[in-house]
Amino acid sequence: MNSITTLLKKNLKQSSMVIALVLITLLFQVLTDGTLLKPLNITNLILQNSYILILAVGMVLVIITGHIDLSVGSVAAFIGAISAILMINMQMNPVLAVIICLAAGALIGAWQGFWVAYVGIPAFIVTLAGMLLFRGLTLVVLQGQSIAPYPESFQKLSNGFLPDLFGGTDIHIFSIVIGVAVSLILIGLEINGRNNQLRYNFEVGSKGLFYAKLVAIFAVVNTFTYVLATYRGLPNILVILFVIIVAYTFVMKKTIIGRHVYAVGGNLKAASLSGVQTKKVTFGVFVNMGVLAALSGLIFAARLNAATPRAGNLFELDAIAAVFIGGASAYGGVGTVVGAVIGGLVMGVMNNGMSILGLGIDWQQAIKGLVLLAAVAFDIINKKKS
Amino acid sequence: MKSESIILEMKSITKEFPGVKALDNVNLKVVEAEIHAICGENGAGKSTLMKVLSGVYPYGTYEGDILFKEQLCEFKDIKQSEDLGIVIIHQELALIPELSIAENIFLGNEQAKKGVINWNETVSKARDLLNKVGLQESPNTLIKDIGVGKQQLVEIAKALSKNVKLLILDEPTAALNENDSENLLNLLMELRSQGMTSIIISHKLNEIKKVANSVTIIRDGQSIETIDTADITEDRIINGMVGRSLTNRYPERQPNIGETFFEVKNWSTFHPVQNERQIVKDVNLHIKKGEIVGIAGLMGSGRTELAMSIFGKSYGKKTTGEVYKDGKPLNLTNVTKAINEGIAYVSEDRKEYGLILMNDIKENISLASLNKIANNHVINDNKEYVVAEEYRTKMNIKTPSVTQKVGNLSGGNQQKVVLSKWMFSEPDLLILDEPTRGIDVGAKFEIYTIMNELASQGKGILVISSELPEIIGMCDRVYVMSEGEITGEVKKADATQEVLMKYMTNSRG
Repeated sequence: MNSITTLLKKNLKQSSMVIALVLITLLFQVLTDGTLLKPLNITNLILQNSYILILAVGMVLVIITGHIDLSVGSVAAFIGAISAILMINMQMNPVLAVIICLAAGALIGAWQGFWVAYVGIPAFIVTLAGMLLFRGLTLVVLQGQSIAPYPESFQKLSNGFLPDLFGGTDIHIFSIVIGVAVSLILIGLEINGRNNQLRYNFEVGSKGLFYAKLVAIFAVVNTFTYVLATYRGLPNILVILFVIIVAYTFVMKKTIIGRHVYAVGGNLKAASLSGVQTKKVTFGVFVNMGVLAALSGLIFAARLNAATPRAGNLFELDAIAAVFIGGASAYGGVGTVVGAVIGGLVMGVMNNGMSILGLGIDWQQAIKGLVLLAAVAFDIINKKKS
Repeated sequence: MKSESIILEMKSITKEFPGVKALDNVNLKVVEAEIHAICGENGAGKSTLMKVLSGVYPYGTYEGDILFKEQLCEFKDIKQSEDLGIVIIHQELALIPELSIAENIFLGNEQAKKGVINWNETVSKARDLLNKVGLQESPNTLIKDIGVGKQQLVEIAKALSKNVKLLILDEPTAALNENDSENLLNLLMELRSQGMTSIIISHKLNEIKKVANSVTIIRDGQSIETIDTADITEDRIINGMVGRSLTNRYPERQPNIGETFFEVKNWSTFHPVQNERQIVKDVNLHIKKGEIVGIAGLMGSGRTELAMSIFGKSYGKKTTGEVYKDGKPLNLTNVTKAINEGIAYVSEDRKEYGLILMNDIKENISLASLNKIANNHVINDNKEYVVAEEYRTKMNIKTPSVTQKVGNLSGGNQQKVVLSKWMFSEPDLLILDEPTRGIDVGAKFEIYTIMNELASQGKGILVISSELPEIIGMCDRVYVMSEGEITGEVKKADATQEVLMKYMTNSRG
């Protein structure tokens, strides 16, 4: 019992976000009479929030380096517009078009990263300019009108589900298999990590607690995939999201590049005198943001099945809010990918729950604002205590 | 015990933080119109004591009594202690760079009527105060345009504007060069003759000897003794601070010097912004294996700039000249290349340039050599932990765990983390810029020992220092810099403070 409380205290910051997410979910689950966690609605939740979550993953890197990117919404719209021109007007092969769009995103990121990293203009200004520039270019490209519809294969990016290789009828068997596989891999990694620590003679937590954690992992992952399997299985977009979250968490936590990103945000001068190529890191973070903004724009366009001039409006603020709710510091150097995703989910669940309750968009905005403030205030007050 | 009146008495002050007793029954008596020094190792509790006195830690969070002019004081905040005339000047100056001297002096105490500032009065009063502290600057000069020494004087002027009775200075000369320190100490003595009392926290024992009337020594949160000026000797103070006598301040070493392996030829660099200003002028120097070479020079002589421009051109523009290692020319265009060629640079400002304070000890130690603990760019966390533990033991870093945030460590321990970082990069040439600034005597000795050990392994060491005794005590050979040039090269046998000082103040050698 004692070890649980110390464990919780140690991870208060991270666990508090998870607890907040669970509480908010339970609250809306009760308020909506169980509609929130219905399989159909969970699927919806994922589809609705995927583009914000992808932006949040890119944004947390930008914010860790001590910058900000206000242009992502406009960039997403611009890339959506380009994709429509390529696929609808020019009838280009969707795969090729997606590759070109992602490359265009990288190019836009490089453009902004150049001004921030090498010329030294504050990111706020560069990306504010980018926000106007790319919104304007979107209107130019689309000539102020929406373009639709996309080829069906492209729509699958957002609206499709994994095919059931095992031909399940009432239930999507392939999804259940994936759930079991993923949970087993996670458990394997946990055991491996613990054995490694034992090999180095480090202190590890008690065995009982460790097994409880493994059981919890298994239960949570499989419940989640089971619920989705009772509807139409795993959405394609969930697979993309999962890969992105895992990959970025790994890069940020385990690799030299990740360490350098944190170092640049933590103390630029010290990092540079320790051999970190600070300009390259900053530039790279913006290029990465550009690619993820492009991906987000593609997913949004596919979901809407149209490229519209107003697409991606205010996405940047949702992404930034998600990152800060997820515990990142506005001064740089602090933040996690998982935190940003949880922050995004907190907002997503609230949006969805309030919509089900029939609350107007006016009140939703106001409440979201207060939640952002409360989350960050909680964080800062907590820090002062310790 | 004395006939003079006691202006301040702190009785049995005890202050606890969760887990630690920072102050344990500390007593302090300060006589009116004296300069009272407080001495102690880093982390001994000096700053905590001053924070209790000035109300940063409000009444009720500590035990014991504060008597100021025989009145019992229960300060709730700094404002209340300032109202009584107790003013503290912190080590990190609290001035606003973009505001003028006059604006800074009267910040929070504006010369105003109904919220409208009377600028004429502000400036004229500021001018009077500047005269008092002997600072020849227009009150309208911006703070960012004057040096640290002058900024320190502005802080004192600001304190005077508050009608200060008891002035507390926390390591006032730590960032100052000899001249500015001298000025400041003279000013303190002059203010004393006008009846002001001051408390000065300092690591520089020679200064204490020079200005203080009495010294209170604090060790491990306890007041050890208060010594009268007549009885003050440096050894006595050191003795009290570390609880043992340090017979030799510089560890013994048998130099084992090999052949020249590192050479810098015709090195010049210019100011990064002011294109015309040449900061380093045609410098030539060489370092032998196993040799400790010093660079002496006043602040602003181009010492740091020389070192940083060699270290991957991290300072300066239009840098020219050649660097040779083992006879081969090096092309050090960035810091990564310099590190890969076995050069390490420990900066003079560890907080600003050396450490990432919000990160933990192990992450700071590994930062410059992540390749060593990584496979294919993937960091092995366990290995990192083991390496950090190794250095914690080797360097005697006082911390419960290497997962501790570096920002929570004392100055000496922070410096050991920076040294660990660069030792882990396994350099052949280690450049140390003011390695013992703001560090207590015990930690200094440990750092000297590490330097000797590295030299005995055949590494070359280049030390930049403002403290001449340190240069003389540690180095086999000394280069002296003045105005960007090397004005002298002195062997250990010939190195005395007088000789070095002569070259340091000599513009053309």
